[in-house]
Amino acid sequence: MSDHEYTPSSKFGKWFNDRLPLLTLANHLTDYPTPKNLNYWWTFGGILTFCLITQIVTGLVLAMHYIAHADMAFSSVEHIMRDVNYGWLLRYVHANGASMFFLAVYIHIFRSLFYGSYKSPREIIWILGIIIYLLMMAAAFMGYVLPWGQMSFWGATVITNLFSAIPLVGESITTWLWGGYSVDNPTLTRFFTLHYLIPFLILGLVVLHIWALHVPGNNNPVGIDIKKPSKDTVPFHPYIVIKDAFALLMFCIVFALFVFYQPNILGHADNYIEADPLVTPAHIVPEWYLLPFYAILRSVPDKLMGVVAMLSAILILAALPWLDTSKVRSAVFRPLFRQFYWILVADVLILGYVGAMPAEGLYLLIARVATAYYFAHFLIILPVLGWKEKTTPLPLSITEPVLGGSPNLAAARSDEKIEKTIK
Amino acid sequence: MSKLKNILFVFIFSIIVLNSSNSAEKSPPFLETKWTFKGLFGKFDRASLQRGYQVYTEVCASCHSMKYLTYRNLAEKGGPEFSEAEAKAIAASFEVTDGPDSTGEMFVRPAKLSDKFVMPYANEQEAKAANGGAYPPDMSVLVKARKGGADYIYSLLLGYSEPPEGVELDDGVYYNKYMYGNKIKMPAPLSDDLIEYTDGTKATAEQMSKDVTNFLMWSAEPHLEQRHKTGFRVIAYLIILTVLVYFTMKKIWSRVEPKV
Repeated sequence: MSDHEYTPSSKFGKWFNDRLPLLTLANHLTDYPTPKNLNYWWTFGGILTFCLITQIVTGLVLAMHYIAHADMAFSSVEHIMRDVNYGWLLRYVHANGASMFFLAVYIHIFRSLFYGSYKSPREIIWILGIIIYLLMMAAAFMGYVLPWGQMSFWGATVITNLFSAIPLVGESITTWLWGGYSVDNPTLTRFFTLHYLIPFLILGLVVLHIWALHVPGNNNPVGIDIKKPSKDTVPFHPYIVIKDAFALLMFCIVFALFVFYQPNILGHADNYIEADPLVTPAHIVPEWYLLPFYAILRSVPDKLMGVVAMLSAILILAALPWLDTSKVRSAVFRPLFRQFYWILVADVLILGYVGAMPAEGLYLLIARVATAYYFAHFLIILPVLGWKEKTTPLPLSITEPVLGGSPNLAAARSDEKIEKTIK
Repeated sequence: MSKLKNILFVFIFSIIVLNSSNSAEKSPPFLETKWTFKGLFGKFDRASLQRGYQVYTEVCASCHSMKYLTYRNLAEKGGPEFSEAEAKAIAASFEVTDGPDSTGEMFVRPAKLSDKFVMPYANEQEAKAANGGAYPPDMSVLVKARKGGADYIYSLLLGYSEPPEGVELDDGVYYNKYMYGNKIKMPAPLSDDLIEYTDGTKATAEQMSKDVTNFLMWSAEPHLEQRHKTGFRVIAYLIILTVLVYFTMKKIWSRVEPKV
């Protein structure tokens, strides 16, 4: 938190603030010194907060009309679409909101990857982010089950069946998850309960995520440590607030285009067919935002190893601050890393593409190569790059284009050459 | 991040989004026709919806249910917009079982506006038994439940032909080039002059297919017109606000330095 003391001007304000320092918090959030060179990739934190609130508010109203019962879920969704006032709007905002949420979170994550925002001293922010991302996937998956269409039912069947790959106790765990011997009403009701719970867990983690961010402050496109407050920073309000607002509005225009003009393009037609345990759809595919992981899962021939690979693909991100051995944060000063970064982006997109295709022939081969590369990027390329790569010189500060800066002051102190340059 | 890479990124992303709903099966391109409900201001063709209802009720309804529709929907705004008297008359031409009455007996009465569309079969089993084991799907959201939507339904209705050489068909199975696997258990439902339109339009197979597809699109998306109308207002409002916020932002940031 900021170091300077804040004293409310009014007597009541002071009395209140001495007992609950809400005004100090508000003052901190307003004055919070932010690097002034943040680009638009930095606006997605605010956009994500907006997405979470939108999902919670629309979800709350939808839950008032939805019936979590295997016999009634599908028709209650149709009831929302037809008879509830603006029910169609609420549901389309909620369904497309999930996609927009993931679109924003992927940009947010890849921003972090490009500018090295996960590196010291921001490891905890990064790990909290990964936990939020995991919970988002859980919430989105369970939410997709609720309309009880064919993809809901069969998607749930495929994903819950993954747990049966666990040796010895797998079958029992699956039965326990289902609350029976197949995906059925007990599964639906518990998924609904958890789908309602998880967003509030995410909300709590978001508070921690922001709290942890406000300790070291924002990273920035140059990736160097800056003095706060200084010529390099601007107060959060109004500078960052107005910039975030502008970016959020642009985002909302895209969001609105989906909701009002292509509300079903991101979904799957089969989910407008009521769940039927006796009819399996030709292709069971998850929503687009889970496709890269689905591709990884299917690229491993062994079921258990497939599940392990899929989970590792996400959990490996938590170890990223220690796998990336380079002291330089921003890719701007890492010419080699920059190349590999874009290859990774392409790799993940390819994984997403083959995830939507049948797991056979050429698609399967591509999926295997892409999976291998994904892991190689984190386990081989990043650690080696940190040692081998010759980075370009860093500036001393954002405002002064003087070279000789260091990614963090602690490292600078241990490096005599750089220290001399600073002097 | 360079502009070129951004463009590449958007390009690959859009390919994935577009392709994720397409699977490997190849089907011929759909027949082309103009839909009035597409586009920024898309609206339904009211007369076509009314004719479409006639096709549904005189042809499709003998096998296909529409269980999420209510007779009052026929008179609602944004739909076929029959007058209330017309909708009441349509409802009254169907019979529903109600009850129990004060003596505990079930009774049959004419349907009211608040009743759901009467289903052709009592249950799925009866429907299957009457249709050679194939279940005629409920048509309320059928357009949204099929890849290709309205274009697919329209093409399918007109896609019947003799099977090409080498394709063997069992009894009660028909060839349709737009159907998944090309085999369909529904015989070609529409032929020229099968029904007589009350508004005097010539009932060609194309005309009926188009009208009934319009009707099915409306039944799947009854608030489509309101959605387009609201959407245009929302987006117009957002664009104006975005422009204003943009200039406000420029003004505020000019205090810091001319270029950031």
